[in-house]
Amino acid sequence: MRWKHHEPFFWSLFGAGGVISAFCVPVMVLLTGFLLPLHLLPEAAYNYESLHALAQNLWVKGAILVIVALSLWHCAHRIFHGLHDVGVSTGPLARTLTYGLAGLSSLALLILLLTL
Amino acid sequence: MTIPATDNTSETAPSKSEAGITLEILRYIPGTHSEPTFQRFEIPYVEDWSMLDALGYIKDELDSSLSYRWSCRMAVCGSCGMMFDGVPKLACETFLRDYYPRPIRVEPLENFGIERDLVIDQEPFLEKLESVKPYIIDAMANAPSGKPGAPAGHERETIQAGENRQTPKELALFDQYSMCINCLLCYSACPQFGLNPAFLGPAAISLAHRYNQDNRDQGNADRAPALNEEDGVWSCTFVGYCSEVCPKSVDPASAIQQEKVRGATDWALSWLLPKGAR
Repeated sequence: MRWKHHEPFFWSLFGAGGVISAFCVPVMVLLTGFLLPLHLLPEAAYNYESLHALAQNLWVKGAILVIVALSLWHCAHRIFHGLHDVGVSTGPLARTLTYGLAGLSSLALLILLLTL
Repeated sequence: MTIPATDNTSETAPSKSEAGITLEILRYIPGTHSEPTFQRFEIPYVEDWSMLDALGYIKDELDSSLSYRWSCRMAVCGSCGMMFDGVPKLACETFLRDYYPRPIRVEPLENFGIERDLVIDQEPFLEKLESVKPYIIDAMANAPSGKPGAPAGHERETIQAGENRQTPKELALFDQYSMCINCLLCYSACPQFGLNPAFLGPAAISLAHRYNQDNRDQGNADRAPALNEEDGVWSCTFVGYCSEVCPKSVDPASAIQQEKVRGATDWALSWLLPKGAR
């Protein structure tokens, strides 16, 4: 059949981001939001040099991209449909702002990771 | 809705010495009444009365002009769905004792037009239901010696050739969705349907899913246009209240998400496959 819209694309990213947000993001928040600032991990595990070296690994770069970008797409889709729920018009402007921000951020992250 | 209640207790209402309970019922005849109003009825409190019994008492004893749909009295026909204190329920399996002694507010199902009093306009839903072709399509294609699209005479031959078998595992894929009685409580519960009446909605999608999951059915492609359009499965934001209010324990929210996965697969294949194979 001919598709007149591409909602499945955004929904798929939203779904994948939902899984990441549920399983990976809480761990990342625990690590970066609590354990690191409270110095509950050995200093060698989180100093700049060791984290930078870790992020050089191609697999780790991929993991960072997947965790951050998919979470952003998840948020964008949630906010876009949330706007509809609270009665705000969800025209091209809202679509561009939400998905556009997620897209640009993902692109910026990709460039950052590739040039790291 | 903030509509002032008018006290229209009939002369034949029971004496105040009996235990009683108050029903505030929305009354409205489009074209005759300028706006919906609530009418208050004092009725005897009988512990084993359902709301349907209470409405029957009002219609028989107090005000014969009260209109509401009902039929089977046992949660099978799906006719008597209405709002009780803002929650969509079947009148036949909602009981006075669960509200007593508080007054109960009775309204027609939310998100639908009112035909008269508690009777809602089902027409838009019936059109949606029809659009998803809720019946088995080309059942004999998989039967022994069956051929897709074979004429009726051939179908009789294939029936003689052998039955269309189904394992318990294959049945389990759609069994719960076949329990839907089209009572429309899920449409009243759905905030997306409230915002966008064009949304195909929980019951129609559940029934489409029921047939899509049936291994005897060959109609997935026939149902795809209605399901895959923007007002099809994609309007759902997985609030899940539809599944909570379903009186038959169908899980429409699950059906919709599964149809989204099917739709996303179709969408991806529409890009990957060559044009002729889509």
